[in-house]
Amino acid sequence: MPLSREKKKEMFWIMLLSRRLDERAWVLHRQGKIAFHISGIGQEAAQVGAVYAIEKGKDWLVPYYRDLAMMIALGMSPTEFVMSLMGKAQEPTSGARQMPSHFSLRRANVVSHSAPVATQSPHASGIGLGIKMDGKDEVVLTTIGEGSTSQGEWYEAVNFAAIHQLPVVFIVENNQYAISVPQDKQMAVSSAADKACGLGLNGIEVDGTQMFEVYEAVSEAVESARKGKGPSVIEAKMYRLTPHSSDDDDRSYRTREEVEKFKKQDPLIVMKNQLIEQGLITEEEYEDLEGKAKKMVDEAVEAANKAPYPKGDEAAAPVYAQEVNHG
Amino acid sequence: MAEITMVEAIRQAMDEELARDERVFVIGEDVGVRGGVFRATQGLFEKYGGERVIDSPLAELTIVGVGIGAALYGKRPICEIQFADFIYPAFNQIVSEASKMYYRSNGQWSVPMVIRAPYGGGIGGGLYHSQSVEAFFTHMPGLKVVIPSNPYDAKGLLKSAVRDPNPVMFFEPKKGYRLIKGEVPEDEEYTVPIGPAKVTREGMDLSLFAYGMMHHYALQAAEAAANDGIDVEVIDLRTLYPVDRDTILNSIRKTSKALIVHEDNLTGGYGAEVAATIAEWGFMDLDAPVRRLAGPDVPAVPFSHPMQEWFMINPEKIAAAISELAAF
Repeated sequence: MPLSREKKKEMFWIMLLSRRLDERAWVLHRQGKIAFHISGIGQEAAQVGAVYAIEKGKDWLVPYYRDLAMMIALGMSPTEFVMSLMGKAQEPTSGARQMPSHFSLRRANVVSHSAPVATQSPHASGIGLGIKMDGKDEVVLTTIGEGSTSQGEWYEAVNFAAIHQLPVVFIVENNQYAISVPQDKQMAVSSAADKACGLGLNGIEVDGTQMFEVYEAVSEAVESARKGKGPSVIEAKMYRLTPHSSDDDDRSYRTREEVEKFKKQDPLIVMKNQLIEQGLITEEEYEDLEGKAKKMVDEAVEAANKAPYPKGDEAAAPVYAQEVNHG
Repeated sequence: MAEITMVEAIRQAMDEELARDERVFVIGEDVGVRGGVFRATQGLFEKYGGERVIDSPLAELTIVGVGIGAALYGKRPICEIQFADFIYPAFNQIVSEASKMYYRSNGQWSVPMVIRAPYGGGIGGGLYHSQSVEAFFTHMPGLKVVIPSNPYDAKGLLKSAVRDPNPVMFFEPKKGYRLIKGEVPEDEEYTVPIGPAKVTREGMDLSLFAYGMMHHYALQAAEAAANDGIDVEVIDLRTLYPVDRDTILNSIRKTSKALIVHEDNLTGGYGAEVAATIAEWGFMDLDAPVRRLAGPDVPAVPFSHPMQEWFMINPEKIAAAISELAAF
């Protein structure tokens, strides 16, 4: 479905808001106000493009830890995110049990994931199996970094989805580094999409800095899955513009020249210029959006600061469910 | 009541749960047309079809990982691991994912799932078809760990496991699949609750704690000891995790002596938890040191018959340990 002007502007707004929120997390860390941050800077175009291809509240997202922009698109509020950064009781992913950016949002069909990479991929296939069993037309979107596609769990998940033609779209966010290890030490192929061929699927490659191209590619895969035509693997290539996490120093494994080169291809700038060229927004409107983002992030930090921490002994529960309250 | 085998009781439990609840499905290697290598799913494929009795790829983490996903969607998967020895590729999914999902999502997501696996030696299976793996999982809050010792409990506990909103590890003593027979109600709907251990033989002289195949042998050894005038109380632990400490300690209050038996190797085995429970909360009731009789600390059960028999606990070894402890 072609995107309306309003929809395109909305998608750009999600990119911008996620970026400013992510940047504030780095500042909060440098100020000693939070203990940890893991960033999605540089990956927002692919994330927003992909997540706009699914239907909010109906379809499923099985994300990984860089998907802040996807979470914002699906309705996680900036205050909720900052509360998770600070370990505040009311943060909605885990009640502050998990580290920040280990997402989950029951109200938006976003499934909880962990830190051992690729563990989420088989869950996406299992959800796809459930959808197929029930004859529903829901779709599962799941994401992963390119390094994590080295794990057997990813292959097994794609293999199972391919065998049973399950409605799962496997997105690989190729940001070119797994902490310090570049792509050419993860795989002998030029794209993780090539791995799909060995599992009976066509792998699709897309420029991860081009939000609307990602949207088109993922929309096609989602519609195919919805019609019962099975899973897809899509690699969106971009560049991780920040260190791996707030505990990493990327100067030890990549040159500043390399990072500066990719900063010129920053998807936020690429998309801003594109929208201006296409006459979708003006510089003045862009400045208004920046002002709105700053205000929202300021307010989120203020609200999260005031929010209470959990009591220590809240950690004692919940270990066992008394009943299943989802599905 | 009809007398049936362990494996038939397990098959009946799955059959009845598949019939009762359309969310229930079975997934594992060879569970479909073949009916499982131990025939535990015999006839289920014909009755419920390939969409609910699913032959998985030969990949254990797929079985468990996909099961978790389906459970998150609202299904009630019964995952079969063909031999407990093959569960390790799925260990990450069980320990990092299934056990922690409810806790880490603060109750948003739960994993109602059963993982069935035949365990144990004495069947000529060598290192990789004989292992006891329960101790890896009884260390993990968020999981429940169940090991039945007889057909009645196997059926009733498995039905409870399928209905439980949490991930349940269900280990089946494969040597007892056809060896152990028992009465199971034919038309009556029943379940056995997960949690309580059971005193299966009342006695005054010492408490013998066991589960699975070793519980079967424990009852035989207790009978033999009775001929020597030793009155043994036997406790079938049944649910290993969470631990039923009350039943353990109540028996110790009565007998003042504890013998714990499992075929898994000694060090760090489940018996250590039972012994620690007694030492911590039952010390003043003891008249003798707690005794553990367990598999030797070698990596696994060897293949050749004499070496296998050296490894395995049997009723005679248990009876000898009973005599020693009774004489203390």
